[in-house]
Amino acid sequence: MSTETAMGQPEFYVRQSAHDDEGEHHHETGTMLGFWIYLMSDCLIFGTLFATYAVLGRNFAAGPSPADLFELDMILLSTFMLLFSSITYGFSVLRMDKGDLKGTQIWLVVTGLFGLAFLGLEIHEFSHLWHIGATPMASAFLSSFYTLVGTHGLHVTVGCIWLVVLLVQLRIRGLTPENKRRMMCLSMFWHFLDLIWIGVFSFVYLAGVLV
Amino acid sequence: MAAVDYSRWDPIVGKLGWDIFPFHEPVVLVTFIGVVIGGVAVLGALTYFKLWGYLWKEWFTSIDHKKIGIMYMVLALVMLVRGFADALLMRVQQAWTATGGAGYLEPHHYDQIFTAHGMIMIFFVAMPFVTGLMNFVMPLQIGARDVAFPFLNNFSFWLTTSGAVLVMMSLFIGEFSTAGWLAYPPLSGIQFSPSVGVDYYIWALQIAGIGTTLSGINLIVTIVKMRAPGMAYMKMPVFCWTALCTNILIVATFPILTATLVLLTLDRYLGTHFFTNDLGGNPMMYVNLIWIWGHPEVYILILPIFGVFSEIVSTFSGKRLFGYTSMVYATAVITILSYIVWLHHFFTMGAGASVNSFFGITTMVISIPTGAKMFNWLFTIYKGRIKFELPMYWTLGFMLTFVIGGMSGVMLAVPPADYVLHNSLFLIAHFHNVIIGGVVFGVFAAMTYWFPKAFGFRLAPFWGKVSFWCWLIGFYLAFMPLYVLGLMGVTRRLSQFEGTAYSAYFVVALIGALFVAAGIAAFLIQIAVSIRNREALRDTTGDPWNGRTLEWSTSSPPPYYNFAFTPKVHQIDAWWQMKQAGYERPLDNFEPIHMPRYTSTGIILSGIITVLGFALIWHIWWLAAMTFVVAIAYGIDHTFNYDREYYVQPDEVAGIEGERTRLLAAEVAPK
Repeated sequence: MSTETAMGQPEFYVRQSAHDDEGEHHHETGTMLGFWIYLMSDCLIFGTLFATYAVLGRNFAAGPSPADLFELDMILLSTFMLLFSSITYGFSVLRMDKGDLKGTQIWLVVTGLFGLAFLGLEIHEFSHLWHIGATPMASAFLSSFYTLVGTHGLHVTVGCIWLVVLLVQLRIRGLTPENKRRMMCLSMFWHFLDLIWIGVFSFVYLAGVLV
Repeated sequence: MAAVDYSRWDPIVGKLGWDIFPFHEPVVLVTFIGVVIGGVAVLGALTYFKLWGYLWKEWFTSIDHKKIGIMYMVLALVMLVRGFADALLMRVQQAWTATGGAGYLEPHHYDQIFTAHGMIMIFFVAMPFVTGLMNFVMPLQIGARDVAFPFLNNFSFWLTTSGAVLVMMSLFIGEFSTAGWLAYPPLSGIQFSPSVGVDYYIWALQIAGIGTTLSGINLIVTIVKMRAPGMAYMKMPVFCWTALCTNILIVATFPILTATLVLLTLDRYLGTHFFTNDLGGNPMMYVNLIWIWGHPEVYILILPIFGVFSEIVSTFSGKRLFGYTSMVYATAVITILSYIVWLHHFFTMGAGASVNSFFGITTMVISIPTGAKMFNWLFTIYKGRIKFELPMYWTLGFMLTFVIGGMSGVMLAVPPADYVLHNSLFLIAHFHNVIIGGVVFGVFAAMTYWFPKAFGFRLAPFWGKVSFWCWLIGFYLAFMPLYVLGLMGVTRRLSQFEGTAYSAYFVVALIGALFVAAGIAAFLIQIAVSIRNREALRDTTGDPWNGRTLEWSTSSPPPYYNFAFTPKVHQIDAWWQMKQAGYERPLDNFEPIHMPRYTSTGIILSGIITVLGFALIWHIWWLAAMTFVVAIAYGIDHTFNYDREYYVQPDEVAGIEGERTRLLAAEVAPK
């Protein structure tokens, strides 16, 4: 960077034209950084819920314990639904990078279906537990269990709605820079939820059944 | 107080009923009449002078960071008056009952007042003040044209306002929380607080808190991504450093507040057992979580103020800030330490000697970087060419007062001492000492300092000096007696006293509060007088204080695009170097400037969310469901708007810059 002008005085302002493209670029990376920071703040919400579960998760109040309630087979199945959905989202992004709109959309639809399957299994689990009397009101353990797992489920629901909106926007406008940016943001969101689920799966379900 | 039955519920109106309006309370009734008359007068005046269109087009829908910053300050000032009215009510009640009188406030009403006072002063006065300052000043200081996400900025502001509106509604519609400003359970649980008070508290905080988190993300990205070329991190003005650290703290703590309030909400609305006394709940869990947010929160408030004083001290001493690097590191260290001291708010929980020692020591350690800052300011002043303008008054008042407050803080950090002082008026005196002596003085200093930049004319100093002396004297009169009372064992939040032994102290404290009232009034008069004399006070140079940082390089008020050309930075005090090097403003070859469009989405969406909050507070489920769906749909609809930016054409820039050139020439010519 040349900081001296012909007169030997430092340069104190930038002429636009040299800088403008860079400015556009800035904006894109700004969104990605901002979204990433948002995800970290969301991570703290989950952190709080995990901490709450760690403190209250053994307060059964003479009610059922994890070993009585959790069916690991079903949980394993739903875990795979979510993991597959992350892989298919990756495929969608790969198609996007190739400029293949159709492929992007198809893989997005597949991702959404996996997400819905995961949600279906979770709703099934919750309604079953509720049915046998293990409601969030029964004990501090169940309060923190439902809140932690339910908050994750709520995020997946939001992700699915977003995915549908994005499909509509892709259909209307195609792979524009804005839509590509949104694809990448949802991608981060989706993988983030996967990561949180790994925590839920090991910390709540596996560790819960162990004891 | 006539009890309202809050267990009732109707599918159409929820818990609403005709008996929720507190007409039987004379104090509230008089306030209500006053607010209605005042409100009608303001709305009438706006209509009469046909200002609605102007306000809507130029302010409410604006995504200009400067206007949003100013709106934050206005919100904070309005709420300061409300929060201070609460303070005065309490001081009168305590002085009255401590001198043997019966008082005029029922305990239930008094409890609402101290809860509202604390909550409003922190969330709707101090927070909008510092957020507003960061919004206005920081982008100018880093040579940017706006923040990273201008629409989000507008939306954050309106979410904060939405929370403030809900709190104000609680004054006349139903009642407010009586559970203290942090709403500890089990008192704030449904069993002991069955009214809507805590629900007002929860939803107002929840909505405002989300706005704050979004604003934090926005400002971090702005600082990281949008600094002018050449401005490495270690060349940023100190205020930007403190803003960066504060926003990192915001993003690292407000989600915890959000989650904690959600858990309390679930306890109250669904009957879960997070913080209840039965079925495995643990109230101390709440106290821990709320303070993991709450302690960093006080540093969120004070760090930008440290930045303000750093700017002011170096400007008015005509010197570079002493120890820039140590200032930056001190700020970073405080940021980190603030996260590991939360337990000192409840040493009496009984966590044991080891835990209490750890948190006691980390708390005391914070005084080291803070002390380093204090010395840096002193050394900056030392041998400086001091111009003793109004901002310097506030700065010196701060340095003295804050050190006293800091020392009483170190006393409270000693766990055995804290067992005696916990929940006493000593604590009240301590935190008012640091918040008034630190944050409030800093905000007044900042408003005086940057007012000419924001509006193009200075504040007339006379009434500002009156305000300063009233605040300073008022603070000492109001809170020094509280230190003494606290040492003698008087606990906080008392509305009645059995004897008159403490009467003198409470009367002095009341006199102090009256001085502060005069201080606030003097500040408002100062603004009015300055507006009237604005032509005489006009700043045509853009640099009224002979400043050092980039915000002074542009005109006062700055054009909406801030800088016709993005500045290039070589040193810490970029504008100072430009002046020393005989920099000449470029006058031609303007180029198109990329700017975001104004949008009404933020205010409309926040309006819907306010109704949603109200519906949730009063259990009007159909309305809650409806507004929730509408808010989501409206938000999604906004994402279909791809046309959000435009280019300012060079002709327009040339026109605005040409006008400035003319003003600058007129400034030079008569001399």
